[in-house]
Amino acid sequence: MSPTSGRTRGERTAELLLAGAAAVSAAAVLGILVFLAILAAPAWQGAAHVFTWDWRPFHGHYGILPMVVGSLLLALTALLLALPVAIGIAAFAHGLGPRRLARIVLAAVHAMTGIPTIVYAFVSAMLLVPFVREVFVHGSGYSLLSAALVLSVLILPTIVLVVHAHWHSMGKELERTCAALGIPRGRAVLRVLLPLSRRGLLTAAVLGFARALGDTMIALLLSGNAAQVPGSALDGFRTLTAHIALVVATDTQDAAYASIFAAGLILLLVAAAASLTARRLGAGNGRTEAARAAPR
Amino acid sequence: MRRLGDRVGMAWAWGSSLCLLLGLGTLLVVLVTRGAPAVGPGLLFGDTAPGDAVLGRAPVFDGIWPALMGTLALVALACLVAVPIGVASGIYLAEIAPRRRRALLDIGVDMLAGVPSVVMGLFGFGLILLMRRTLAPSATTGLWLSALCIALLVLPYLIRTTQTALDALPESLRLVGPGLGFTRWQNLRHVLLPAAGRGILGGVMLAVGRAAEDTAVIMLTGAVWNAGLPAGLGEKFEALSFRIYVLAAEYRDDMQLAQGFACAFALLLLTCGLLASAHLLQRSLERRWKA
Repeated sequence: MSPTSGRTRGERTAELLLAGAAAVSAAAVLGILVFLAILAAPAWQGAAHVFTWDWRPFHGHYGILPMVVGSLLLALTALLLALPVAIGIAAFAHGLGPRRLARIVLAAVHAMTGIPTIVYAFVSAMLLVPFVREVFVHGSGYSLLSAALVLSVLILPTIVLVVHAHWHSMGKELERTCAALGIPRGRAVLRVLLPLSRRGLLTAAVLGFARALGDTMIALLLSGNAAQVPGSALDGFRTLTAHIALVVATDTQDAAYASIFAAGLILLLVAAAASLTARRLGAGNGRTEAARAAPR
Repeated sequence: MRRLGDRVGMAWAWGSSLCLLLGLGTLLVVLVTRGAPAVGPGLLFGDTAPGDAVLGRAPVFDGIWPALMGTLALVALACLVAVPIGVASGIYLAEIAPRRRRALLDIGVDMLAGVPSVVMGLFGFGLILLMRRTLAPSATTGLWLSALCIALLVLPYLIRTTQTALDALPESLRLVGPGLGFTRWQNLRHVLLPAAGRGILGGVMLAVGRAAEDTAVIMLTGAVWNAGLPAGLGEKFEALSFRIYVLAAEYRDDMQLAQGFACAFALLLLTCGLLASAHLLQRSLERRWKA
């Protein structure tokens, strides 16, 4: 190699390998998207009746719309439950609470990102579901209420960490200004930081929603999996994620498969839209925190 | 009025935070107390003699040993695929990629991080369907497929932590080497990478924890209730997380129920332990270079 380039052949090969790895990683999601789209193709040809309200696989009805509604309802409910609590916790960690306790709370939130969703799902299926059944009498306990409660706990750390990272990125300057104006720290968080952080809150909400929508185990174990639109918070229902798992597990005939690939495609598109939106909103702020609490 | 608002906000923050701590404490207590009855010599091996079970000479029916080994095999295989690709991608993104290309690749990695795990499993399942229709009519799901899909799932964690670790290094490290006549590559290889090593290792631990906890991917790609010890790449296998799921759905007696709680606690310890060590490694890296 020419000495002026300053690179040996080995170095070039290495660089090429690194670039190749990065290309594979970044293109993987595109590959998955195209692949699912191809497998879901029969769903668009109308023969399988995928976009209808009727799921009766043994009668040739493969409608997934009840699951679409179920997924959206569950994710939105969980988000609405989690958001206020998450903001409270973030505010506590950011100045409302005493410093030492705030650190403990923040550490606990970090630890929560490591709790497997199957653990939440298992414990709640054993304890929360019977509890809901007894307290409300109506229904089996496998319900929107149970699933949304637990799911809100699952997405809590995602939201807290994104909000926290956002406030952190807003910087010391703001805090100093507030201190110089004689605003107590707690009040500064409530009256200055919080009103100024619409973007951060929106980012957190989008990421939390995506995380809720993509979760499988909690819905699978707590929703009752009835393919219907829930009429009340105590009714059973089914999400897209659980639907995929159930259809694969029960080994139905090939015709049903188009419906799960369509379901997967919907989930993937929503997730992709969410990460693009979060990216645009957040503009790189607190990326590592967000990645640590990333959807799974 | 303002005072009142302040007070309500304060009370809300305290309330939320205390609820969080209380909730987590309750979760731990429940797992420990409800899982305790299952902890004993039978937890790992059931009624099978430990020696026979470990060597795979006799099947284990009620113990979690095969599931534990299955999870271990799965995690090891997935890391074998994901770690080289993930770390290499991270290095490329942090150190080599030109600005615009980096922004583009970043978007791809972000989107990969957002793929729900059940969709990753579905991808694997679809792969098998396709193989059956075309090249290999007898293709089935198994350990290799799960490992591949899990590898895709944990890839973004490895990339991001590698990237973050390299980004955290001070500018001086980037200047001194080349100043002394190192090429960019030599500087990367002998100065930057060793300096960022701890952070990268932290990323590997994060990935291991994530690989061990996932249930949705493996239930679509080859995990089963009773496969015994992992026997080969093409074989079905057991896993801890999948065992918890099955126990939740169809436990038969109190002992199995207790075992479910014990498994859940074990999995929790594993993932949180890995997360904590990843965090400590990252912190020690930051402290070293900020001082």
